Amino acid sequence: MLRWIVWRDLILAWRRRADVLSTLFFFVIVVSLFPLGIGPETQLLRTIAPGVVWVAALLASMLSLGRLFANDYQDGTLEQLLLTPQPLYLIVLGKVLAQWLVAEIPLVLIAPLIGVQFDLSRETLLVLFVTLLLGTPVLSLIGSIGAALTLGLRGSGVLISLLVLPLYIPVLIFGAGAVDASIMGSSPQSNLYLLGAITVLSLTFAPWATSAALRISLE
Amino acid sequence: MNLYKYASPVNFYPLAGKIIPWFAIPAALLFAAGLYVGFFVAPTDAQQGDVYRIMFIHVPAAWMGMFLYVMMAIYAGIGWAFNARLSSMMATSISVTGASFTFLSLVTGAFWGKPTWGTWWVWDARMTSTLILLFLYVGFISLQASIDDPRRADRAGAVLALVGVINVPIIYYSVQWWNTLHQGATIRILNKPTIAPKMLAAMLIMLAACWLYSVAVVLVRLRYIIVEREQNAARFAEVVA
Repeated sequence: MLRWIVWRDLILAWRRRADVLSTLFFFVIVVSLFPLGIGPETQLLRTIAPGVVWVAALLASMLSLGRLFANDYQDGTLEQLLLTPQPLYLIVLGKVLAQWLVAEIPLVLIAPLIGVQFDLSRETLLVLFVTLLLGTPVLSLIGSIGAALTLGLRGSGVLISLLVLPLYIPVLIFGAGAVDASIMGSSPQSNLYLLGAITVLSLTFAPWATSAALRISLE
Repeated sequence: MNLYKYASPVNFYPLAGKIIPWFAIPAALLFAAGLYVGFFVAPTDAQQGDVYRIMFIHVPAAWMGMFLYVMMAIYAGIGWAFNARLSSMMATSISVTGASFTFLSLVTGAFWGKPTWGTWWVWDARMTSTLILLFLYVGFISLQASIDDPRRADRAGAVLALVGVINVPIIYYSVQWWNTLHQGATIRILNKPTIAPKMLAAMLIMLAACWLYSVAVVLVRLRYIIVEREQNAARFAEVVA
């Protein structure tokens, strides 16, 4: 069931490649705007790089969250999925996993390249890559709660950001904190562990909350 | 007497009307007493002078902001779990009061910070987490405001409030660790070894006043929500008549 959902969503995403690419380019453009706004000083750019990359990742994930359930909701697929005897937890997990693979993984892969623009060292680039790899599942998981709650509402795009962005704060702090620590030359381990803990916690609880929210929205 | 009867909004409406003065009048009296003790009886602070007196509204407001968020989540959760309309209406009613107190504590904090720290705002752990609490309130209120069906709004709000409550400690500690990581020695709120008994008395009176005020205001708003939602119920017209 899980595999089927993921496969189906991946095929659907492949047929709408433009959506994926536009999210990716949004991320790249937002990150590139900061040096233009702040100035080309290397030292300053290196200091702000972790925060800038992470905030841009949060904003970019906002863009793709709206599509997580909306299309299935409109053509009635979501209702049928809810009626199947399979546990809703797995269905939600599959959809979130697919969303992560489609929308977040490209960001994670391109982030080291962007880090080079900010003159980060090789070890820091690795830390940046690892924090994004660990942290972006949380963005998809917590975001899915917001996407399920705002399903079919007017102005849901802005509303999702209001609901979800405050809940992203711990991920932002530990993710950017780990990269920061690595820039300062200290060990990013403690931040990485905490980030991992949040990932495990949200992996356990978020699909459950999303299922409840979906049932409420589709009543 | 069957207390469960008051779980019905229609039955609770007249009861709330009778309860409100019992909270509103003591709240007014305690506000007067607390402000009197705070402004005239409590001694001037040795370090800060008279500026510190804003604490008598700042601290109770901050406490109420946090306390009401938890209360809101509990009521929303009960309303969702037991399908109790009145409980969900309570949550909706509390959210506005809670957000106002949180906002008040941020504003008074800024007024206090300017003369004592020389700045309106520092990224102190407590201030930052209060700001985030305000964001959580805003999310709850705007989610409920944009859903037309009141029952769906109740339940969606409950999910959000409960997710928020689980996250509040995580956010609080992450902000605190972030703060200690980024800034070496931050300015502490008050370097008080012990607080003078008269100051403490004024603060506790103000806290009690804020609490009573919250109950009264929440019930008043609850009555409006009941009227708004149950106006089509024929029974309601009978009770009011």
